[in-house]
Amino acid sequence: MLKAEKVVPTTCPYCGVGCNLELHVRDDFIYKVTSPFNSVVNHGNLCVKGRFGFDFIYNQERITTPLIRKQPQKPGQRTQAFDRSEWREVSWDEALDYTADRLVEIYQRDGSNAMAVYCCAKATNEDNYLLQKFFRAVFRTNNVDHCTRLCHAASVVALQMAIGSAAMSNTAAEVKDCDVFILTGSNPTENHPIIALQMKAAVQKYGAKLIVVDPRRIEMVNYATLYLPIRPGSDVPVFSAMAHVILKENLYNRQFIEQRTENFEAFAASMEKFTPEFAEQISGVDRQLIIEAARMYATARNGAIFWALGIPESTHGTANALSLINLALLTGQVGRKGTGLNPLRGQNNVQGASDSGAMPWHYPGYQAVDNEENARRWEEAWHIEPGGLNRQRGLTTTEILAAVHPGGVRALYIMGENPMMSEPNLNHTRKKMEELEFLVAQDLFINESGAFADVFLPATSWAEKDGTFTNTDRRVQRVRQVIPPRGQSRPDWEIICDLAKRVENRLNRAHSAYWNYRHPSEILEEMARYVPDYAGIRYDRIEKVGLQTPVPTLDHSGTPYLYGERFPRGRAKFHPLEYTPNAEMPDEEYPLVLSTGRVLEHWHGGTLTRHSWMDDLFPEALMDIHPADAARLGVRDGSPVRVTSRRGSIVLRAKVTTKTNIGVVFIPFHFREAAANLLTTDAVDPQAKIPEYKAAVVRVTPASDEELTAAVESQPRGRY
Amino acid sequence: MSETIRITIDQQTLQVQAGSTILQAARQAGIDIPTICYHDYCTANGLCRICVVEVEGARTLQPACVAQVHDGMVIYTRSERVLRSRRTILEMLASSVDLSEAPEIQTMLQQYHSDSHRFPDAEVRHPPVIDDNPMYIRDYAKCILCWRCVQVCAEDAQYTFAINFSGRGYETQISTFYEISMPESSCVFCGQCVGVCPTGALKPKRQWLLEMGYTPDDIMNLTRSQRQRRKRREEAAARTE
Repeated sequence: MLKAEKVVPTTCPYCGVGCNLELHVRDDFIYKVTSPFNSVVNHGNLCVKGRFGFDFIYNQERITTPLIRKQPQKPGQRTQAFDRSEWREVSWDEALDYTADRLVEIYQRDGSNAMAVYCCAKATNEDNYLLQKFFRAVFRTNNVDHCTRLCHAASVVALQMAIGSAAMSNTAAEVKDCDVFILTGSNPTENHPIIALQMKAAVQKYGAKLIVVDPRRIEMVNYATLYLPIRPGSDVPVFSAMAHVILKENLYNRQFIEQRTENFEAFAASMEKFTPEFAEQISGVDRQLIIEAARMYATARNGAIFWALGIPESTHGTANALSLINLALLTGQVGRKGTGLNPLRGQNNVQGASDSGAMPWHYPGYQAVDNEENARRWEEAWHIEPGGLNRQRGLTTTEILAAVHPGGVRALYIMGENPMMSEPNLNHTRKKMEELEFLVAQDLFINESGAFADVFLPATSWAEKDGTFTNTDRRVQRVRQVIPPRGQSRPDWEIICDLAKRVENRLNRAHSAYWNYRHPSEILEEMARYVPDYAGIRYDRIEKVGLQTPVPTLDHSGTPYLYGERFPRGRAKFHPLEYTPNAEMPDEEYPLVLSTGRVLEHWHGGTLTRHSWMDDLFPEALMDIHPADAARLGVRDGSPVRVTSRRGSIVLRAKVTTKTNIGVVFIPFHFREAAANLLTTDAVDPQAKIPEYKAAVVRVTPASDEELTAAVESQPRGRY
Repeated sequence: MSETIRITIDQQTLQVQAGSTILQAARQAGIDIPTICYHDYCTANGLCRICVVEVEGARTLQPACVAQVHDGMVIYTRSERVLRSRRTILEMLASSVDLSEAPEIQTMLQQYHSDSHRFPDAEVRHPPVIDDNPMYIRDYAKCILCWRCVQVCAEDAQYTFAINFSGRGYETQISTFYEISMPESSCVFCGQCVGVCPTGALKPKRQWLLEMGYTPDDIMNLTRSQRQRRKRREEAAARTE
């Protein structure tokens, strides 16, 4: 029997749940993962990714040596190089000097607006804090963003508008204290598996009633008291009709509204038109179901709302999220244990990357960049002359690529992200990537984006570095180095510091912004000095159990649920709403609505899981289609289909299943052989700039086996 | 709920909360009762019976993991009858199951002076290792039927219901329905079952391969899908030549 040389506690790097792990190691090989049963986050339970999904660390295609492209790349003619023979192995000195030279050349020629960076919600708080510091303090640009823009940006904007803060208001495990909870635009059994277990237990063991509002018949529907199968994009009418019913039937919480909210009258007036009849017409949901759901939620002792990307990833994402917030404010279902507004964050550290300032409009701690006082504070923190920091809001993820042209963004630095899989309308993304003058990729593998790069900086995985992640319920948890860096790979924070110093030298900066950290704990301490919510967090305080932000002082024990006394903006604000259709609506040419998302076995662009044995469990893209649609189109289960939108076309196998509803097809976006984002639209929400990933219209036609670009032997799969 | 009652365990009198199990009460008194199928975070079932104790006035030995205390209960956790019963349970397990990777049971075998060969005519169970998925293997020669895996697959954690008992008596085994392969079952490969298995019957595949002498490099060579794709690329290249 194998005995572990060491067993190291750490935090899972996949989803926002932030499960506690114990990695069992022998000869630097992680051969087994367990979880402590007394963990407050996941009680010893894990999902397939958390328990078995870490072999990507050892995959032979991983890059562990710095690389520079052999063929110099020119803007407009940039090509993808997946093959190692197209790269030259170089020393760290050469790679970093080359990177610094090129970045400085472009910065000195074209200025701050030519520089942009994608931070990474997979990396630690420390890595993200440093990378945004590097671009803000050294290149004086706010063109700093990360994948939150493609994920919960609209939830964040809506929560900021209505409440003044943007995080899950409650702890995920509190779902067992709910009487009624609404789950919408979220498929937790695949995307937040451990929260799904807690939800199932809440229903089965604690008697909670579940209302699912979703265009797909997700597994949680099996546990639901009410299921509202809405058409994609009809969220505002449905939730506003619920508000309409609550208002008409006097089920609202007058005391809460008077004491803690504002703008109620204008909101109530705007709800007048959202009758259940109107909502039924738009959403296809029986009006009686909407009325029942409204009554059930409004009369619950503790009612909560959980949502994920089905709400924000829309051209009216901000309005969608506001319609949920309005409901919670109307009924006073927020600010107590077991209630709340809970956007389930996708990435392990998307909360943390946002907290750490990896966003174009905010310094760390959501301090607006266009506020003079904030800018002064950070100038002091980073030893910058007064007025040195850029006061202009930067470009968002989608805007950065859109701005790639002469006179616009010229240099892009990508840490761990893969826009060539995750951006909408990939054909457009490709053109923009080709237009770049200089591209740095810092990652584990040469993915679809890194293949465009001039220089590849091999970073370590999460198991080879120290740091912290902040999970979806705001818990800051430790990430520990378990094995030494593979090959010559280096932790992200070290690479950034080394590069930043080289760039500062070339720019002859009088004062360094400071990059001489000996350990990530010093980086977090620097951040904690200027971010009040993190002020009380130190590594020694989170050795065993993470703390939930806000942690304002060193003796504060963390905040399990928010807004008990007051909202960050004082009174929470109701927002009147209007119904806006999706950017694209089905028509004769494109009769089906395409929704995209993830499956249990894979992660986003696939950089990690497609280099893992996880890929054996789910080796190819499958399109879910309802049996009625399939029969009409002559599509059989497992047969190849061509899916075409106004922007692109892909071929993949169909899975005929009632997991999706009539008129809606679903394609996961992990597979480059049939990249779903070739089809999606880059129309964005005007406020949050988030693309409409969940509703592109498409046409499905039968295809031949020869058209499948990378067919694999079909993998049997019995799970829901 | 906070009602307390008096009980006596091994001549020691103590106050415990009404509704506690004998096992909980004994732990409170610092008295160790061995357990095998019992797990702190699973529903107790009293299946393996290693935790039996003698209760005054009761005809049979009582499983401490599920039997509740009552006022005035007098319990003996190490009486001759209890020890003989535990020893026999261990000897029966050892006679038919491979316990080589169950260190806790091995220790118990020694503590109770069990004779592993007491039943020389017993038929040792040795079903082949089931290697039907890339995540974990099932070696039911090592399975003592503690039922933890079934429970965490069901209401104790996952609500997936991929596995259950099949067969009866000696033929009993943990199985998917109709013994279909794991990928064809409702299994989601969470591995909660692997996490609670006490005997090494369920094991991460990479650990299993490492134990069979493969090096990490061998193991990590490529994923199955990558192997398939590479093979197809090579075949396509061969065709065009």
